[in-house]
Amino acid sequence: MSNINKTMAEKDIRLVSSKQKFGHFLGQFFVYFFLIVMAIIVLFPFYWMLISSVKSLDEYRLAVPTLFPREILWGNYVTAFNQANLGTLFLNTLYVGVVSTILSLVITVLSAFAFARLEFKGKNTMFAALLATMMIPGELFTITNYVTVNQLGWMKTYTVLIVPFLVSVFYIYLLRQNFMQIPNELYLAAKVDGTSDLKYLWKVMIPLALPTLISITILKMMGAWNSYVWPRLVANDAAHQLITNGLRNAFTDASGQADIPVQMAAVAIVSLPLFLVFVFLRKYIMKGVSRGGLKG
Amino acid sequence: MKVVLQNLTKIFPSRNKKSNEEVVAVNDFTFTIPDGKLIGLLGPSGCGKSTTLYMISGLQKPSGGQIFFGDEDVTELSAENRGVGLVFQNYALYPHMTVKQNILFPLQNLRGEDKLSKEEMLERAYTAAKLVQIDELMDRKPSELSGGQQQRVAIARALVKMPKVLLLDEPLSNLDARLRLQTREEIRRIQKETGITTIFVTHDQEEAMSISDMIVVMKLGVVQQIGKPQDVYDDPTNLFVAKFLGTPPINVFEGKVAGGKLYLDGVEVLDVPGVADQDVTVGIRPEGFTLDENGPMVCGLNSVEVMGRDVSVVSTHPASVNSVIRSIIDADNKVAAAETVSYSLKPHKVFLFSKQDESRIYFDI
Repeated sequence: MSNINKTMAEKDIRLVSSKQKFGHFLGQFFVYFFLIVMAIIVLFPFYWMLISSVKSLDEYRLAVPTLFPREILWGNYVTAFNQANLGTLFLNTLYVGVVSTILSLVITVLSAFAFARLEFKGKNTMFAALLATMMIPGELFTITNYVTVNQLGWMKTYTVLIVPFLVSVFYIYLLRQNFMQIPNELYLAAKVDGTSDLKYLWKVMIPLALPTLISITILKMMGAWNSYVWPRLVANDAAHQLITNGLRNAFTDASGQADIPVQMAAVAIVSLPLFLVFVFLRKYIMKGVSRGGLKG
Repeated sequence: MKVVLQNLTKIFPSRNKKSNEEVVAVNDFTFTIPDGKLIGLLGPSGCGKSTTLYMISGLQKPSGGQIFFGDEDVTELSAENRGVGLVFQNYALYPHMTVKQNILFPLQNLRGEDKLSKEEMLERAYTAAKLVQIDELMDRKPSELSGGQQQRVAIARALVKMPKVLLLDEPLSNLDARLRLQTREEIRRIQKETGITTIFVTHDQEEAMSISDMIVVMKLGVVQQIGKPQDVYDDPTNLFVAKFLGTPPINVFEGKVAGGKLYLDGVEVLDVPGVADQDVTVGIRPEGFTLDENGPMVCGLNSVEVMGRDVSVVSTHPASVNSVIRSIIDADNKVAAAETVSYSLKPHKVFLFSKQDESRIYFDI
């Protein structure tokens, strides 16, 4: 009798556990279903850009669009590159991006070091004031900045594309938090060993904060690549045009009908560097942003 | 190199701007540390021992007083010009550098006539590494080392520039018990081999007593007593020192002296000739009790803990300040299971302290 009871109990347990298993499976199923749907929503425009970029104009205009091109026209990419003068645009953007990133890094590192380690009068007040500027949306600066650079006679120069955005309070804040996590004893130890502040910064702080610095570099480069409104306002001449504006101008200024597949090809070319950066360096992008966000 | 501290004082301004309360971290500290000795600065947290160490290192400026290394006044000298080696509680190794790079780092900062060639630097680094027995770990990163090994690297880094004075800030407190024993002997050995005057800070009295040539007991910035560890233990100048040194801690009683006799809870327990009649605080070391059936101290027996070599007896007494008394007696003596246990006292293990200022009252033995 007791044996029978026992086996029945075991059966119950098995029943419960298989029920639980099913529930677990169902939960997982919905989670993945949701993720897949969201992924499709996010990725579809990219897919659309890619297939459109190799279609012929006629195929693109079909009333029922094809989901895979009947004929693959790689020539669209060559046309796009030449028509939009992408080479010059790339170089311009690269120049502005690299120069502003390097200068911005120097400024960020030095000011973050000062705010994290050095003792001076009004340090906290100054830092609070800097942080307060973060509450003003960037768009509001556009008008005042425009007036300022106009008076300085900087219109249509590289300077105007680089200088106004060299100081980023957010990056300073990010790096300062990172620096503050480096134990003070390291600084004291280095001092006893006769290391100057700058050497300590170079030899110890920067290597230790390298992941954050890489994040800042990536974000800054991406910012230069994506900037649109400001360059369009202040330096929209052929010599200084950056990639986003160049793209827009190249295809809308042309009279008649826009060749959308060629335009898509150009967009694909321009997106490629950012896409690669994101795929290979997303670890650093996430790290920098989440770390700075959590601490402090 | 002998180190002389003269009226050394450190006052921190109050954090709160409204109250002008200043914090006196170190108050009028005068002491000469003889050449080549190992000195333990001992005290509870916040007693100013680390501040003293930082002032000797040059990382903090004293508010008053002077510091001499040998005959040279170094009070105004900055840390890098003093030639001190400093080891921090958390080791402060540079995490991104290998052990070798860590040890080389202080040498790379030498300028002028002290500047070394690459070969000399490497040689010095390996000599220092051998001394602390980490020469086989030179290419590892600190994160790949155990706590004890990291500590050795930190010591090697401090020793590599051949400092005049070696300063250790709580060097053992991040290690586990077994490693702590081993490392403190190691520190003692390294100090003996190099002959560098060494000052180390700790709140662990056992640690300080076991390896120091001399200990300095501090409380709230004021030096309480300086001396050889055994002398301080056997002859504390006040109640604080007596309580601070020794494990298990000293047993404290409220007592009374009348007619040259010490009374605890109205019972005469010991002759204390030469002491005026007064109420006193009595400290009795755990080893100051001897089992004696006819002894004057009758205590309620709680438990007996056998620890191999000796026996620890936990008992109660009405005059005791603490809830229980701990006494350590030789394991040869059998404690009978009974309601009470009786002791007689060893006079040189009994200390009397004034009720007013907790200073020691001496009696003739």
